[in-house]
Amino acid sequence: MADFRATLLRALQGIALVVVLVVILFPLYWMVAGSLKTEPDLFAIPPKWFFTPTIAAYVDAIENTDVLTNLLNSVIVTGSAVALGLIVGAPAAYGIARYRFRGRRDVWFWYVTNWMLVPVVVLIPFYLTASKLGLINNPIVLILVYQVFIVPLVVWLLVDQFSSVPVALEEAAQLDGLSRIQIFLRIALPLVKPGIAVSAILSGIFAWNDMLYAFILTPSPEARTAPTIVLSYLGGYVIPWPQVMAASTLVCAPVIIGGIIVHKYIARGLTMGAVK
Amino acid sequence: MTDTAQDRAPPMAAAPPSWKEKLEPWFFILPSVVLLLAIGLYPVIYTFIASLQAWVMGMGPPSFSGLDNYIHAFGSSDFGHSVGRTLILILVTLPIELILGMMIALALDSTNFAILRRLLQICLVIPIAITPSVVGLLTQLMFNEQLGIINQLLHLVGIPAIDWLGRPTAAFITVMIVQIWEWTPFVALVLSAALSTVPKDIDEAAMLETERWWPRFRDVQLPFMWPGITAALVFQTAFTIKEFDMIYSIEKGGPGTSTETSVMQIERMAFRGFDVGLASAESILMLVLSIVLARIYIRVFYREMD
Repeated sequence: MADFRATLLRALQGIALVVVLVVILFPLYWMVAGSLKTEPDLFAIPPKWFFTPTIAAYVDAIENTDVLTNLLNSVIVTGSAVALGLIVGAPAAYGIARYRFRGRRDVWFWYVTNWMLVPVVVLIPFYLTASKLGLINNPIVLILVYQVFIVPLVVWLLVDQFSSVPVALEEAAQLDGLSRIQIFLRIALPLVKPGIAVSAILSGIFAWNDMLYAFILTPSPEARTAPTIVLSYLGGYVIPWPQVMAASTLVCAPVIIGGIIVHKYIARGLTMGAVK
Repeated sequence: MTDTAQDRAPPMAAAPPSWKEKLEPWFFILPSVVLLLAIGLYPVIYTFIASLQAWVMGMGPPSFSGLDNYIHAFGSSDFGHSVGRTLILILVTLPIELILGMMIALALDSTNFAILRRLLQICLVIPIAITPSVVGLLTQLMFNEQLGIINQLLHLVGIPAIDWLGRPTAAFITVMIVQIWEWTPFVALVLSAALSTVPKDIDEAAMLETERWWPRFRDVQLPFMWPGITAALVFQTAFTIKEFDMIYSIEKGGPGTSTETSVMQIERMAFRGFDVGLASAESILMLVLSIVLARIYIRVFYREMD
């Protein structure tokens, strides 16, 4: 009897997990399927589960919008922003992890506060300053403004990673005559590669996905990044849904694929002190 | 940050630090501090000064007006309501996400179906990777009253069509549902990683001791999960308080202003109302709120770590 109950419980648990899986994946399926449907198929009642796929919507999206240019802009902005964030963030994390100095906690807290910073606080001055300097529509402004959340994220994740590098290893290197900078570059940095991968991909996801900063600071059709394509559809009276779904799929594909590749490290990096 | 590991580690230099050694950490930290001062602190000061001025774009030069903007902000029901909505969003969605995320993590941990576990672990990352503005658009499409797939699926089980986006309360609930969909899998991902840090031998000893799951969960698994729970909380609160893209893409905070969060309200005030002074004052108030929240979380976090 007890066996039967246990089996039943296991089966119910399995069914619950299948439901979770379906709920997670269904919107993604609906988007991709929608991008391959014609408009009548997309809005058919009852819903059409079997349809002849067509890439017409993708052709429309590429021909009628700047989606490809905007994707390229996103690649440039995201790539540069993540690179800059890692270049200044990784040494900072090392400094906080390895040295005890006055104000250490305050510095760390200040980084985390920047992570909580509501974007409007930064947005208004950035907009006004950038328009005075003629830098509206310049990707450099976006690359800089994204550091507000990238640097804190990198520092937050990497402080912990650097702390878990055995001190003895670095002391041995110091005895061998390596300077602190050499120790950082040659010993510590290679050991925290997973942490660097996580902070890169997470900051990459958030930079790529940002729409608020992008549509205020780079509003022109040629300068804007991919997520703002969505806004250009919101204004019209008639929304060409298959085309919107095609553009959306193109915008999301790089991050979804990137996220899946590093999914293991994401969880590990984020549990901070717990996983070592 | 783990101070505990740091405390156990012997200091690198035994001799009393020279000024050169005192400066050494700053060599590593300074570049990021300078960058954050320029893009984080300078704008905050700029916003603070702007908040003390009567400044409407296109209506002449700004002039000092003392605390007028703050008085105006406190009296503004639009702003008050948007802050209230943001807080309700945090207070309702956060516990639900944590409970559901915990249930998913526990089920993943104990399920016998290896393929299912593997598949879910991969898919849990998908919702946060989908661009929030696209999530908003998808919401518009799927929750449409007449043509949306959600109502059609509900129709199959005999539930009449719901006007998800047309009425204020329903629209706000829809936003919460979408938010929970977006973040619960991420919380589950983090908690599931935390759960995997429970040492096997301790867990097995506990299972010999008792067959009931609650004592095992409370005394064995939960203590190891606190850092993960805190990480999920900090992450999630920050994202909800900064929420803009997803809700804006559903229907720009509508119907009316019924789904407008504070960031959206301030953005509207600044970039469509052109009232820089008032929007700046409201931004500063939100900044204070987020610093208070960050302080609370970090205090809780440190207590758990000690």
